[in-house]
Amino acid sequence: MTRIFPLATVMLALIIVWYAGAYVLNAPQAINLMDPDGPHNFWAVVQAAWNMDRPVLPTPGQIATNLAASIFGNPLFSPRNFLLQTAYTAETAVTGLAGGVVLGIFLAIGIVHSRVLDRSLMPWVITSQTIPILAIAPMVVVALGNIGLTGLVPKAAIVGYLSFFPVTVGMVKGLRSPDAMQMDLMRTYNTKKMSLFVKLRWPVAMAFLFPSLRVAASLSVTGAIVAELPTGAQVGLGARLLAGSYYGQTMMMWGALVLASLLALALIGMVRLGEFWLCQQRGGRL
Amino acid sequence: MNGMALGTMACTTACILGLLARLLIGTSWALPLALLALAASIWASVRLARQNDRLSMIASPVIFGLTILWAWEMLVVGLHVPFILLPPPSAIALALVTHFGELANDFDQTVLHAVLAGYAIGCGGGFLIALAIDRSLFLQRGLTPLANMISAMPIIGIAPIAIEWFGFDWPSKAAVVVLMTIFPMLVNTRAGLQQTNPMEQDLMRSYGAGYIHTLIKLRLPAALPMIFNALKLNTTLAMIGAIVAEFFGTPTRGMGFRISVEAARMNLDIVWATIAIAALAGSSSFALIGWAERRITSWHPSFHTRSLS
Amino acid sequence: MNEQTLREPAPRNASIPNDNVIVAENLNIMFDTNDHPISALQDVNLNVQRGDFISLIGPSGCGKTTLLRAIADLTPVTSGHLRVNGMSPHTAREARAYGYVFQAPVLLPWRTVLRNVTLPLEIAGMAKSDRIACARENLALVGLKDFSMKFPWQLSGGMQQRVSIARALSFKPSLLLMDEPFGALDEITRDSLNVHLHDLWRRTGMTTIFVTHSIPEAVFLSTRIVVMSARPGRILRVIESDLPMPRSLGIRDTAAFTALAHDLREALRDGHSYD
Ligand SMILES: Nc1ncnc2c1ncn2[C@@H]1O[C@H](COP(=O)(O)OP(=O)(O)OP(=O)(O)O)[C@@H](O)[C@H]1O
Ligand SMILES: [Mg+2]
Repeated sequence: MTRIFPLATVMLALIIVWYAGAYVLNAPQAINLMDPDGPHNFWAVVQAAWNMDRPVLPTPGQIATNLAASIFGNPLFSPRNFLLQTAYTAETAVTGLAGGVVLGIFLAIGIVHSRVLDRSLMPWVITSQTIPILAIAPMVVVALGNIGLTGLVPKAAIVGYLSFFPVTVGMVKGLRSPDAMQMDLMRTYNTKKMSLFVKLRWPVAMAFLFPSLRVAASLSVTGAIVAELPTGAQVGLGARLLAGSYYGQTMMMWGALVLASLLALALIGMVRLGEFWLCQQRGGRL
Repeated sequence: MNGMALGTMACTTACILGLLARLLIGTSWALPLALLALAASIWASVRLARQNDRLSMIASPVIFGLTILWAWEMLVVGLHVPFILLPPPSAIALALVTHFGELANDFDQTVLHAVLAGYAIGCGGGFLIALAIDRSLFLQRGLTPLANMISAMPIIGIAPIAIEWFGFDWPSKAAVVVLMTIFPMLVNTRAGLQQTNPMEQDLMRSYGAGYIHTLIKLRLPAALPMIFNALKLNTTLAMIGAIVAEFFGTPTRGMGFRISVEAARMNLDIVWATIAIAALAGSSSFALIGWAERRITSWHPSFHTRSLS
Repeated sequence: MNEQTLREPAPRNASIPNDNVIVAENLNIMFDTNDHPISALQDVNLNVQRGDFISLIGPSGCGKTTLLRAIADLTPVTSGHLRVNGMSPHTAREARAYGYVFQAPVLLPWRTVLRNVTLPLEIAGMAKSDRIACARENLALVGLKDFSMKFPWQLSGGMQQRVSIARALSFKPSLLLMDEPFGALDEITRDSLNVHLHDLWRRTGMTTIFVTHSIPEAVFLSTRIVVMSARPGRILRVIESDLPMPRSLGIRDTAAFTALAHDLREALRDGHSYD
């Protein structure tokens, strides 16, 4: 209760500020658009400001109504249905994330087991974290498009590229985290590399894998959206954002933004679920 | 002979062979020379990776990086990979020189304006909010989970809305950067301010130190490592935010603009040149902050254990 | 001092030469540190026979752990001769000749107590049903039959240490190396574990090397007590304990016990002289 109550209060305050902000920002235009013969009292202006077609700042209620209309007012496979667009983005994000995580884990295993890789590759993995990787998205799309790869593959490649870094860095740390005593213990059993990995390194690394996965999941949605931008704005939430931006469709942009955020939270929620499950398996601790 | 000398020799051999192979590309000599050069440089990195001195620790990744660059050049030129798929490093270097004016202009627009302004406001704002809610447990409990949640969302999507609000020029990009950097800073500063243990706080209380004194003398210094973490994380986020925000619309300059336009025109050498500049800017500001951190928090115990391990 | 370094007295079962479980001759161990090398063990000569219960006792930092680790092939020998079961320590480790109980329990927190005990058996490739039966048997031996499905952190420190002993016993090693296994426990728990260990050793006849700081513990458990001197670690004296077997806690009030403890204390005091 002591946790929920403050959060709920802050959320409530946020919504109130949002509605107030919507009034302040939209009112000037709303007054201009109002029927000159109609009533011009405060409440009428508020009503108008909160229900504009192209508001500067839409209210949460408007965004929700709009999304509901798009989702339930269109056939499921109509491009106007936001759910379909979300599914496209989710497909990109999940495919890329899966690839990135697998690649990241294998790379980490290589780095932990090979001194040469550790010394020569690891500094570059760390450096590449400081590089704005998303900037290459348009180029990857164009380059892969030129060799005939279009659609899901180039987008998933970008997401994969983006999400493997946190996994590699986290897993290198995790696979190295057994302490000296645990390593000595395994040595007294004359443990071979393979068993050492299965019985000690991998289970210890789980505590590091899940935080990395959360970061990667959050990045994967960002990556998917950005990857959808240069494809000529065809499908996905990123394309909706871009189209909304071109045609000044405020509601479209907000709808895409909200759904993208929900998608990110859903992916993170799924990671949390996996974490929770493993935690249960281990008697309540990771 | 020791590993160091062998490594250096192999490295020199690789350089000479590599250069020869590059010059003779197109003749039947190129392939065997290239393979020899590759073998020599791989052998050099393996040798150097076994050494434990400082020089080898640096040389090993550098040789690895150079080998990749060189192999890239040889493969692209030797196999006639189409320019629009992957330009050779030499072409990228050339583009850096011939388009210098343009690229410098982009750098000014994106990094010196959007990133710098947004980063300063975002980091400063996050820090100040963290301090402001320091005395209210209620606000901390309400705001911290919210900030955590928001930093996990694809904030970059706010870019087109920022353009509607702040116009096409750099302020809208700076606004995106502010939103991307403020929450990580807030979360990290909060975590940092909670680093001190009750015993240290009791010590300060025994000196009769008040809230302000305890904050300045004890809690802020203890929070510095976490704050520096956020500063580092935010450099990357700021660069990404500014560049990607430009994909949604910008006046005709800026690194994101350059990347999207030249990629569409198939001028991939200019795209790569811009990315190289972005990479350099990103990693050098990262290094700068790392250097400042070492100077400022070298006394911190967390730093000691980290530098030892 | 060096004359005092004892060559072991003639083995009691000299007729069977294979009974030398551990033979150390002129063993030296040095550690490279950043400024100057540290000599941890100097000219150590030791001979341990099958069925012995040897206690190593000496001032902190004198090299007890180092000696144990060298026998277990966890620390390399700098010079001298060391044999375990007639093999080099490395070969002995590969043959899984010994069980090692560390100073801390070192239980893997993600495994239940039972699966912690089966760990070495899994690595050795034993079939699942066999290893579970074996682990249950050993858990019963240390009195933890009912805790096999708990996780390590749900156990007290003493129980955790008992699990680690059960784990070391699980593959029935002929040699047991224990490094201050009861160091962190309260006196009463320690007493009861001492009795447990003594009974276990009597029943199995396992050769045991036991590091301790406690004089009563060493006297109570051992057939021989090896007293070491402060750094560089050397063997100062070897005290034979011929207290009657089997021993119970009451033995600590006998005159023979007190005399031995007194002897040991004097020897230890010599080792402590930092001249
Ligand atoms: N890995 C190491 N590197 C350098 N020196 C070491 C190392 N391990 C032990 N030493 C040194 O060797 C000496 C003996 O250490 P050891 O751990 O064997 O002592 P000990 O008798 O077990 O002490 P204690 O009773 O405190 O456990 C110590 O002086 C220590 O400084
Ligand atoms: Mg010790």
